[in-house]
Amino acid sequence: MRFDLILRVTAKLLLPFILLFALYVQFHGDFGPGGGFQAGVIAAAMIILYAIIFGLSAAKRVVPQGLVETLVPMGVLIFAGVGIATLFLGGNYLDYSALNHDDPAHGQHLGILLVEIGVFVTVSSTMTVIFYAFVGRGR
Amino acid sequence: MISAHYPALQVVIPLLGAVLCALVRRGSIAWLVALTVSWIMPVIAAAMLWQVLADGPISYALGGWEPPWGIEYRVDALSGFLLLLVSGVGAVIMPYARTSVASEIHASRQAWFYTMYLLCLAGLLGMAITGDAFNVFVFMEISSLATYTLIALGKDRRALLAAYQYLIVGTIGATFYVIGVGLLYSVTGSLNFVDIAGKLDAIENTRPLLSALAFLTVGISLKLALFPLHVWLPNAYAYAPSAATSFLAATATKVAVYLLLRFFFTVFGAGFVFETLPVSNILLVLSIAAMFGASIVAIFQDDIKRMLAYSSVAQIGYITLGIALANQSGLTGGIVHIFNHAMMKAALFLVLGAVFYRIGSVHIDSLAGIGRRMPVTMASFVIAGLSIIGAPGTAGFISKWYLAVGALEKGWWWLVFLIVLSSLLAVVYIGRVIEIAWFRTPSEACEGVQEPPPMMLVPIWIFTAATIYFGFFTDLSAGIAGKAAETLLGGLK
Repeated sequence: MRFDLILRVTAKLLLPFILLFALYVQFHGDFGPGGGFQAGVIAAAMIILYAIIFGLSAAKRVVPQGLVETLVPMGVLIFAGVGIATLFLGGNYLDYSALNHDDPAHGQHLGILLVEIGVFVTVSSTMTVIFYAFVGRGR
Repeated sequence: MISAHYPALQVVIPLLGAVLCALVRRGSIAWLVALTVSWIMPVIAAAMLWQVLADGPISYALGGWEPPWGIEYRVDALSGFLLLLVSGVGAVIMPYARTSVASEIHASRQAWFYTMYLLCLAGLLGMAITGDAFNVFVFMEISSLATYTLIALGKDRRALLAAYQYLIVGTIGATFYVIGVGLLYSVTGSLNFVDIAGKLDAIENTRPLLSALAFLTVGISLKLALFPLHVWLPNAYAYAPSAATSFLAATATKVAVYLLLRFFFTVFGAGFVFETLPVSNILLVLSIAAMFGASIVAIFQDDIKRMLAYSSVAQIGYITLGIALANQSGLTGGIVHIFNHAMMKAALFLVLGAVFYRIGSVHIDSLAGIGRRMPVTMASFVIAGLSIIGAPGTAGFISKWYLAVGALEKGWWWLVFLIVLSSLLAVVYIGRVIEIAWFRTPSEACEGVQEPPPMMLVPIWIFTAATIYFGFFTDLSAGIAGKAAETLLGGLK
């Protein structure tokens, strides 16, 4: 592999800020534009950038394929699990108010936060696994 | 009370099961998960149908948001009937899938099969249960994406092409659907079926409504493989794994038919669709074209799985014919044929899966004399085949009887003649297989072939027994179908 100094240094500088931006979009999604899907895409873009600059094997050392493939269903599990939890707490399916009986508004807040984390996990890992599948072809 | 949450559980349990299957990644454990889940489903569906028949429709507000603002899950006689059908078929096929999948799909991919099977089940059940037009689109995509993967898992390399072909056509169908829903939303401001129906009367400018109806009809017709839009179906069914073909043939197109009924009768209203507009005539022509065109093509197929796929297109013609008649008997015939056709087609495709399991081919030449080697299996083919033809004493006869009565009520005696004539075409293509399978000397491929294991034989015979049972006792099939038709036609009188 060639030693692309400028690209490597710039990418290293950028990577943490991309992740930070992803987390901002994730957790600020309640108040502004954004949410789990957008944040997941941005986070996956970070991994993809890393893989493009430093190579697929380096990226797979940081984010192993097996882990990503487990995370894809895990996000759905988080989402559906919140719904099941609300069932057990006496609400309808995905009725977040049931998460906090004293303060339903707080329950709504908590519910949407958890569900969006589920979306984040599935979207970012799906994007990554699609990228891995494309890049890994013919190897 | 847990029973109050049945509508949500009906969809959530298979979804969770699919996630579990994807997490365990071991074929045998995934099968156990899928088996457990698919056996719980009909219990829930039956409990809900029971409740609906006793106390009227069930409404469930998802997330606690009251309809029409939130997503409503709504079970009435028709959707309850569909839920029971889809979940029942899914449950009966699952034990069969173990052996069939093990022989047709590579070990590393078996868990994916069960994941996709359950996802498809969740999508189809979701489409049948939801009362929200956009939610239908979401479930349509879930079930379609899972279906593409199921087809692509087929052993034959052409399976991938068939899946891709279906992906393109299916996506066009789903896009048309969502355009139609968008137009409806733009004039009514609502996505809830019942709420839209209530607001349509007040709308004076019907042009957006007409475009919405056109987009929805074409989009859904692509999904249900109405005659000129059926081209994706034969390849998809022919190359998919046997268990998947059987499941899809019995359920996927049926749920699309349900959706068409829902839009024609519940949302737009039978008066608007059938009296103001010539939808009845269009459907009638296309149905008859399907009954004859697809049956004739089926006669010339050498791959029996493909032949049955064309036969499915023809049989869907009978179902849409019932919708086109739009009277009590005709519509009952159409709805009951959804059920009866599911039973017999599932049996036929399972038989072919068992034959494929034993001799590795479903080509007509390799089937010569197989009836003498696998008599129990092939006897089921004969019975289910007779039902496709519509022989008295089988379920197929019941549906055709209702259709014929419906046609007579309209005074269309020529249509009765056409129904009988198209059944004769079925005699040709089914008879051809029966002749070769039973009366030829066994081919080399059949040397030393035995009956399939009981895990395959029992599901085959459950469906076969059902085609006989529902040929005599029609309370469950035609009875509920008649009730559903009565509710749907309520708007016409």
